[in-house]
Amino acid sequence: MKPVVAFYWCASCGGCEEAVLDLAEGVLNVADAVDIVFWPVALDFKEKDIEAMDDGAIAVSFVNGAVRTSHQLQMARLMRRKSKLVVAFGACAQLGGIPGLANLATAGDILREVYGGTAPELQFTDNGHTLTLPKLFDSVFPLDRVIPVDYYVPGCPPSPKIVSDMFDTLWNGQLPEPGSVLAPDHAMCDECPRRDSRPQELKLDRFHRVQERVIDPDRCILAQGIPCLGPATRAGCGSRCIAGNMPCTGCFGPTSRMRDYGGKALCSLASVVEGNEVAEIDRIFEGLVDPVGTFYRYSLPSSFLERKRLE
Amino acid sequence: MPEEFEPRIVAFFCNWCTYLAADLAGTSRIKYYPNAEVVRVMCSGRVDVQFVLKAFAKGADGVLIGGCHPGDCHYQEGNYKALRRYRLLRRLLRQMGIEDERLRLEWISAAEGDRVRAVINEMVETLRKLGPLVKSDAARAHLLEVA
Repeated sequence: MKPVVAFYWCASCGGCEEAVLDLAEGVLNVADAVDIVFWPVALDFKEKDIEAMDDGAIAVSFVNGAVRTSHQLQMARLMRRKSKLVVAFGACAQLGGIPGLANLATAGDILREVYGGTAPELQFTDNGHTLTLPKLFDSVFPLDRVIPVDYYVPGCPPSPKIVSDMFDTLWNGQLPEPGSVLAPDHAMCDECPRRDSRPQELKLDRFHRVQERVIDPDRCILAQGIPCLGPATRAGCGSRCIAGNMPCTGCFGPTSRMRDYGGKALCSLASVVEGNEVAEIDRIFEGLVDPVGTFYRYSLPSSFLERKRLE
Repeated sequence: MPEEFEPRIVAFFCNWCTYLAADLAGTSRIKYYPNAEVVRVMCSGRVDVQFVLKAFAKGADGVLIGGCHPGDCHYQEGNYKALRRYRLLRRLLRQMGIEDERLRLEWISAAEGDRVRAVINEMVETLRKLGPLVKSDAARAHLLEVA
């Protein structure tokens, strides 16, 4: 009998769903090897079909996206109950991801900004029919903040190699330690194709925003004064951004030796600048216009502080 | 609550200067507020930003980092590394709604026991005025919303 699997998305962009399809013809092997019982983006099964299943009937559920509404919370709990293994798939499920930057605001701030004075009612009755909307939480949460998670697959989105390795591990290999991140556990710099051009010691005297520079495609990007988070980020992405001549922004998140990705990423950039005087140091860091957005682009909800301070 | 509030400070003191200064303050029987819990580190340059963030997350209302004066670092330039991190971290904390006064970096040599007293007393008084880091029960309860 084929293993029964499910895919679900919470607060995400759909890129993680693409990442599965990015396996190209490889996706047919996946489809052959498993029995997919739920995949809202691709197949017409409903929530009630899952509810009708026995608890633990699904071998593996792949959940992408962060949790930020009452319905996503309810679905995360449902998928957990029905599944033997839950995989947090992609940066949003693992760390909070880009939607996690909403933790710099509250639900009220966001609704006011988007809808002005007319925030939608959560319940509306017309002609005897009642419609409901889920509640938007004040904060975005990574998946493991609301349910136990067995494995994590990093990336925004996970690279095709990481995804196919994940399927191999789950079907053919021995299962790794629960809680493992299914990717190499060393820094992205170690796999960078420009690694040899990185100077032994870096002493930057300013940072540039990426749009301000023509980046030399053969040299270490950090050495060119562009914030690149390769030193603090887990490897396994295949250096796709570097190949596109763009710096690493940290989507593969921390290695197992870090707890707070942004804090460590800040340390890594602060260690490659010169300047011993306050005024000079501040001038050098002026080029980093948005520290939270730079260091916590994918991980604010899983940081120690989790969100901006609340009243 | 405001009049009863006593701030908690986590103080990372370097082994070679500020920790010795705190020791000197003790042997000299200098009295100061007991709000700071001192963590001895080998160098202010050892203070990973993660330590500071964890202290705030676990209930500190303020974090104090003490190192050797510029030029006096036992490891040549650890205190400069601390200074660079501190300047950038301050901006990050501001974005997170945490006031500058809650994170302080001070150079205190082994001879400056009295400076330990002055800095800690001053910081305690500043934090008493600022109030707790977690502003309300609602803010405390909020993150349990989904638990």
